[in-house]
Amino acid sequence: MTQGARLVVEKHETVAVRSSDDVVRVRQAVRARSIEAGFGIVDQTKLVTAASEIARNTVDYGGGGTLVIEIVREGARRGVQLTFSDNGPGIADLKVAMTDGYTTGGGLGLGLSGAKRLSNEFSIESTPGKGTTVTLARWKL
Amino acid sequence: MAEEHATMIPQLLAEHEQTLLRDWMESQKKSGALRGGQVSEAELADNSRRLLAGLRGGAATEQFEDITTPVWDQRRTVLEEISRSRATLGLTPAETATFVFSLKEPLFALLREKVGKDPDRLAHEIWVATSLLDKLGLYTVEAFQKTREDIIARQQQELLELSTPVVRLWEGVLALPLIGTLDSARTQIVMESLLEEIVTSGAEIAIIDITGVPTVDTLVAQHLIKTVAAARLMGADCIISGIRPQIAQTIVHLGLELGVVSKATMADAFALALRRLGKAVVDRAPTPQEL
Amino acid sequence: MAEIPVLKIGDCLLVSIQVDMHDRLALELQDDLTNRIVTERARGVMIDISALEIVDSFIGRMLNNIAAMSRVLDAVTVVVGMRPAVAITLVELGLSLTGVRTALNVDKGLALIRKAIDDPGSALGRREA
Repeated sequence: MTQGARLVVEKHETVAVRSSDDVVRVRQAVRARSIEAGFGIVDQTKLVTAASEIARNTVDYGGGGTLVIEIVREGARRGVQLTFSDNGPGIADLKVAMTDGYTTGGGLGLGLSGAKRLSNEFSIESTPGKGTTVTLARWKL
Repeated sequence: MAEEHATMIPQLLAEHEQTLLRDWMESQKKSGALRGGQVSEAELADNSRRLLAGLRGGAATEQFEDITTPVWDQRRTVLEEISRSRATLGLTPAETATFVFSLKEPLFALLREKVGKDPDRLAHEIWVATSLLDKLGLYTVEAFQKTREDIIARQQQELLELSTPVVRLWEGVLALPLIGTLDSARTQIVMESLLEEIVTSGAEIAIIDITGVPTVDTLVAQHLIKTVAAARLMGADCIISGIRPQIAQTIVHLGLELGVVSKATMADAFALALRRLGKAVVDRAPTPQEL
Repeated sequence: MAEIPVLKIGDCLLVSIQVDMHDRLALELQDDLTNRIVTERARGVMIDISALEIVDSFIGRMLNNIAAMSRVLDAVTVVVGMRPAVAITLVELGLSLTGVRTALNVDKGLALIRKAIDDPGSALGRREA
């Protein structure tokens, strides 16, 4: 995910993502950690919104999972890294899933692609039948 | 192993602090530390005393190799304060480092007095003293630079805020005259201030004037488009004014769709804004008081 | 029964979303509003989101749905009080609120609804987010 300088984890927190109530908890936890990392209101909002999208996917399509929030430091810059993982059915065709407007659930289909747009770094790994892991990060400018 | 690292410096500093301080002040005055007039004798004495006390405390921890360890925190703070206060007095970082290094002379003199008869011992002690004072001196330079960088960062921030004022042209009409180049960071701040002002003032029309923007490339145009879109989402409309012929050409050439009404001058944009608000400007003879 | 209160002002329904909604609550609100438009014969729906710190694609969908359903029921929907950070994020997210009119605050929202109801020709098409 990062090249060059060492990534130092300053703080981490694990949140269960199993129900729609948890999605609200995820938003609050990510908000709190972003504030701690010194993010301005716009960066906070972008990260929390991205987290909300992925958290919802984890609950609705991943059968529930966990989120690890990490406040990280790389050289001089600080940021927040989110890792969502589940053991659900996985995503068969990642490329298609990442296109705007793609949805299996009748939504606006912006979940994955939208979250990517709101993040500075984004990666997704998925194995059909095994599960999905989404990692995204935002740096304080 | 223990023999190699054992040093009598902590003990020396503890037992001879006053003598050292006196000799050090003498040597500093002799070498012209007070000549520039920036530091008074009282200040110099205070700085010297604090540095010595810090050095004694630090040396007592028997951690000479690494002054970044937590046990040296307090002493580093003393160094930072000294460095900062000297910076504000107008002294250069070299002068502050020299201040630290100048302690070597009286300290070596004292060492020679105590263990001069044992050359190996003397060499070892001098090495310990010099490497420690070198580290401390270099630290003051770093602390000085950090202070300068903080000042520069703060000034840049203030400059940024000064150069992006949002003006209330009329009840319900805001103007944002952009001047200079628009980079990513600046544009974001500008966007946020405009949108915040829209909320605060309740203005439904915002005129973004780009007369003072030398070049509009794809990136700048995208930022403008996003600002306009965000304003519209909130319930306000934007008008872009000040588009020079070259910029108009660039926009068409790049195939950009501004998606918003644009006018050549701010005056035209303002006239349009008033019309939209249902206001009209009429001709009327000025009263005697107004003349 | 939704936990979000819906007020009636004249022929308008006013909803002020004060809490961080979980999905179920959002769906309940959607249903509740649609029902009330019919039972109260409302001509306008105003949704105040000034307390919302984020609007993600789910909430965006909810707003679009409410607007679509109210249009079918011959009512106008206006969303007011969107925060700047939310607006910036929605633009970045690429979410468009189709068929949703927006206004800066409740006063302007009511004025917008009035104009849309009384003079549908002029308000239509303009000011859609």
